[in-house]
Amino acid sequence: MDERQPFRSAVLLLVWSWLLLLVLLPNLLVIAASFATRDPQDFLSLPVTLESYQRLINPLYLGVFTHSLYMAAMTTLLCLLIGYPFAWALSRVDKRWQTLLMILLIVPFWTNSLVRTYAIKLLLASNGLINNLLQSVGLIDAPITMLYTEGAVIAGLVYLLLPFMILPLYTVFEDLRDDLLQASHDLGAGRMATFVRVVIPLTLPGVIAGVLLVLLPAMGMFYVADVLGGAKNLLVGNVIKNQFLDARDWPFGAAASVLLTVAMAVLILAYGLSRRRIGQETVE
Amino acid sequence: MNQTLLSLRGISKHYGGRAVLKALDLDILDGEFLTLLGPSGCGKTTLLRLLAGFERPDSGTLTLSGQDITSIPPERRPLNTVFQQYALFPHLTVAGNVAYGLRMEKRPEAEIAQRVTEALAMVQLAELAERKPHQLSGGQQQRVAIARAVIKRPKLLLLDEPLSALDYKLRRQMQIELKRLQRELGITFVFVTHDQEEALSMSDRVVVLRDGEVQQLGTPREVYERPTNLFTARFVGETNLFPATVKAINGDRIALDVRGLSRDLRKPTFQVSVGEQVNVLLRPEDIRVLAADADYGFAGTVIERNYKGSTLDSLIRLEDGNEVLASEFFDEDDPAFDYSLGEQVRVSWVDGWEWMLPVANGDAAGALDG
Amino acid sequence: MSRWLPRIYLMLVYALLYVPILVLIIYSFNDSRTGYRWGGWSLRWYQALFDNHAMVQAMWNSLWLALAAATVSTVIGGLTALALHRYQFRGKQALRGMLFVVMMSPEIVLAISLLAMFLVVGLQLGFVSLLLAHVTFCLPFVVITVMARLSGLDERLLEAARDLGAGEFTTVRTILVPVMMPALLAGWLLAFTLSLDDVVVSTFVSGPSYEILPLRIYSMVRVGLKPEVNALGSLLLVFSLAMLVLSQFILMRNKR
Repeated sequence: MDERQPFRSAVLLLVWSWLLLLVLLPNLLVIAASFATRDPQDFLSLPVTLESYQRLINPLYLGVFTHSLYMAAMTTLLCLLIGYPFAWALSRVDKRWQTLLMILLIVPFWTNSLVRTYAIKLLLASNGLINNLLQSVGLIDAPITMLYTEGAVIAGLVYLLLPFMILPLYTVFEDLRDDLLQASHDLGAGRMATFVRVVIPLTLPGVIAGVLLVLLPAMGMFYVADVLGGAKNLLVGNVIKNQFLDARDWPFGAAASVLLTVAMAVLILAYGLSRRRIGQETVE
Repeated sequence: MNQTLLSLRGISKHYGGRAVLKALDLDILDGEFLTLLGPSGCGKTTLLRLLAGFERPDSGTLTLSGQDITSIPPERRPLNTVFQQYALFPHLTVAGNVAYGLRMEKRPEAEIAQRVTEALAMVQLAELAERKPHQLSGGQQQRVAIARAVIKRPKLLLLDEPLSALDYKLRRQMQIELKRLQRELGITFVFVTHDQEEALSMSDRVVVLRDGEVQQLGTPREVYERPTNLFTARFVGETNLFPATVKAINGDRIALDVRGLSRDLRKPTFQVSVGEQVNVLLRPEDIRVLAADADYGFAGTVIERNYKGSTLDSLIRLEDGNEVLASEFFDEDDPAFDYSLGEQVRVSWVDGWEWMLPVANGDAAGALDG
Repeated sequence: MSRWLPRIYLMLVYALLYVPILVLIIYSFNDSRTGYRWGGWSLRWYQALFDNHAMVQAMWNSLWLALAAATVSTVIGGLTALALHRYQFRGKQALRGMLFVVMMSPEIVLAISLLAMFLVVGLQLGFVSLLLAHVTFCLPFVVITVMARLSGLDERLLEAARDLGAGEFTTVRTILVPVMMPALLAGWLLAFTLSLDDVVVSTFVSGPSYEILPLRIYSMVRVGLKPEVNALGSLLLVFSLAMLVLSQFILMRNKR
């Protein structure tokens, strides 16, 4: 302990000061700002008020929020519906192929999501590839409007976030041993009963982790709505961005951000509980 | 040679409330080959780690040549370790591994190069100096680990089950080589093993450990032939145990009733009184198997025969149901030597080859059979 | 269930994931200026890209930022992983928790908290604010990458080094860092890519003095379709893929 003390202390000091100054303190500031009074000049100004939170439920914003929540929920649901069977199938693929398939799956994590959003735009635009194809085949006469719709935003979000749903699901399906299913069948459960009573409970932590990784970004990725959604299909992220950068209404933007953080905390809690239920350790 | 190099006084160590070492005292002599022998969990590895400095004792002191080293960190202790899985640095070459300790001492490169060459020559690895550890066989990695540890000319070399990862043949070869090295270098070796054969064949002295306590400290011969308790007796080799009752004491002889047989034997070193129970211990090689018509010994039936190369082991079930293991050297001229399974025989031993122990708590027959 | 049904399904989803990327890359070579009809192969959009001075400047800016952010976050993340793995200290759980929160937080939450901090301390938005922000969001990913390898590390290597006379710092420098090099490189590459691709956090904490590539792309793609973006996007995708392949190669080759 004597000899390693200086180095050890230096390491801990560096790490702690970074996290305190750039994670803890900034977040406390946002929480503080959410209770401050609006003032375009100063970031924080008195008196302390709940006004920002009240404005969150103002019909104007409430509409935006519920619409954003609806799009995020649809995105999550679609990701789950596509990803669940996908992860199951992937976990049962020959081991030799799994490494390659996994790499193909994490590619999106490494590639620019803005560029991939733009690629979707390329497909959906009225003069884009899908319309061109359909027209040249003669299925349609005039281009269908796909861009700048709610559907385009959801499609973009699903496209960007699907891998984040699949990865945690894949992990739980990897751990789901075949003998458990066989045991269930052996004890008289049919396919459906086994699925409901064994597969779902054991993969639930993966589902919740996937929801956690999809639902929140789906509310925050403002550029997807910007590129694909037009003015009508805003996400919570767009509201926060507009309030912070354009309207300079920091307390309001901060309050919206706190709301997202609370949603995250709830989801993390649910994830921890679902893991504890099947006897795994709690959140790392 | 007989001077104390390292002395341990009242060393205790606990892990989460469990005592791993209990107020241990031990003197390690300069230049000796000392083996810490015991079953897994006996505290021998913890003891070694305490000597190396990776662990601190909860209480007690370590004194090396008169200097208290209890709180000195491992990098400043003049002793080195050969690790169980060798712990060779995977990113360094063989030469780089061996040179590491000297680099830490900031020796001039010329000296390092020369001493590395010498050390590698000593372990017969001169031509592999530029290989990486993963390109070596287990035995070669072992040699690198030894060269790396001895190059700093430590006063004491600690070896943590260094041969456990090798196969039987290589193990025998390395045992001989380690002995040779120890003689040539004149370094004190503290060797940890759970293999009693290895301990007996290599050591000057053996420390038998159990549950963090020293059971016996002595030469291999003392430990094997004159164990101080049943645990040591059974741990260092196969043992036949005959409970007996003292019938009479006549000067330096005592009369015993050994399972109904009367024997007149040399008086043991511990106090005995008439009517007391004692244990008579006999190594399998001290047992004599006699023809069924012999007029002494216990009658029994051969129930198992195991050919062991130079010896023949027989398991004989006595009439009272107890079993005796006998190990005999081949005598091709003896026509009576070959017994068959199920044959009736008698077993006995030559007076004076037995070893007696007082009956202690927990010695109930079979309690320590392992 | 048939053996083929799951496989067909897998292929279908992979196709969905990759078709837009392929289309983007193919169209980046399209000679046609306007519509999305095929006008023959051409490199004109790549040419246009490199002729655009501001664009090239933004590329360099992004590259420098990513290099700096990846290097700083690898150093700090590596040290954090070391501390979490090797030292016992008070608040260890809190530290883990904070890293976990950074990783799980929606980027926008992180972005405004950092902006708030910079506003309060009066830091000019530009290279420094971008660097601090990028290092912060890269940190947990580097820590995770390095921790994964540290957990498989043979502790005896470090003990052997100390046994041979190395102090704590020397042990870290001569044994731990070289042995951890593959994980540190993989972490560096990941941080580099994350930094290069970030839009959300950069939108908040960048200033006019330091324009970076993702924000330039962002301003270009908000309205309409721009053929240069096809070329730029393709370059970025190929670059990121190269990074990924490189990092997988490093990690696998060193698994032994």
